[in-house]
Amino acid sequence: MIDTNLLQLICFYGFAAVTVAAALAVITVKNSVHAVLSLVLAFFSTACIWLLAEAEFLAIALIVVYVGAVMVLFLFVVMMLDIKMEQVREGFIRYLPVGIIVALVMLGEMLALIGVRAMHAHVLGADPAAAVGLSNTAWLGGALYTQYLLPFEIAAVILTVGVVVAVALTLRQRGDKRHESASEQVRVNPRDRIRVVKMAPSRPDEPTASQEPLQ
Amino acid sequence: MITLSHFIVLGAVLFCIAVAGLFINRKNVIVLLMAIELMLLAVNMNFVAFSRFLGDVGGQVFVFFILTVAAAESAIGLAILVLLFRNRSTVNVAEIDSMKG
Repeated sequence: MIDTNLLQLICFYGFAAVTVAAALAVITVKNSVHAVLSLVLAFFSTACIWLLAEAEFLAIALIVVYVGAVMVLFLFVVMMLDIKMEQVREGFIRYLPVGIIVALVMLGEMLALIGVRAMHAHVLGADPAAAVGLSNTAWLGGALYTQYLLPFEIAAVILTVGVVVAVALTLRQRGDKRHESASEQVRVNPRDRIRVVKMAPSRPDEPTASQEPLQ
Repeated sequence: MITLSHFIVLGAVLFCIAVAGLFINRKNVIVLLMAIELMLLAVNMNFVAFSRFLGDVGGQVFVFFILTVAAAESAIGLAILVLLFRNRSTVNVAEIDSMKG
């Protein structure tokens, strides 16, 4: 029988290793489509890690919102654009040492700053949501709809503006396309289209050539 | 037992990978956008860990808002990218220099 804490630790290291490997693949693979798919893997394993931290709502939201919507958008764009790989790879080797040095220095500084060894004593406590007798979603929703209601509505406005901007940027009016103008159709007046002609009734005087009696 | 430092260190590692990605992918705007998404993910990891550790709901609420803003940001960024590719036929950062003074 494996101890639960040990099992959690093993799961954490497994998911963390997958996350880091996928993140490395995102920045190094040649094909952009493969990079997007690696990013999906990174998000997925991060969601698993958040499940270990008992942030269930955010883990599911990460998968639904990010993997389901944003990454699919990325995939669409990557597949729509015709990118030449050999041009994209130019300068990869040239900037590689700089990137590695900067990343390693930053990592060293961060680890020194947060003091890994001192923090190792801080074991995660009991689930704060369970302490007040709620599920994680109810706990988060309670705060979101009371204390953070205004920011929540502003977030909705931001999303709406984002949709409008994305459509407005990419909408293209082509000159050769026939399209109908709804406002003109609504404002149309029958008098502009139909001319009613008044004329006196008339009777044919003589039978014409075509109406001659047969035989 | 999982401690706070496990999450913090993982977040730091992810952030540094994203910074390295910004440096080495100078020719492809799409990978730059993906590196920015990785950075946001690393920051979110810290928020979730501290929210759990301190028992404060504010951290998870903030992650929610970061996810919202990041979704809007990537939608607008990709729209600009599509527009750029339509006009210039390139995703190379070095060639996009028409606003150079």
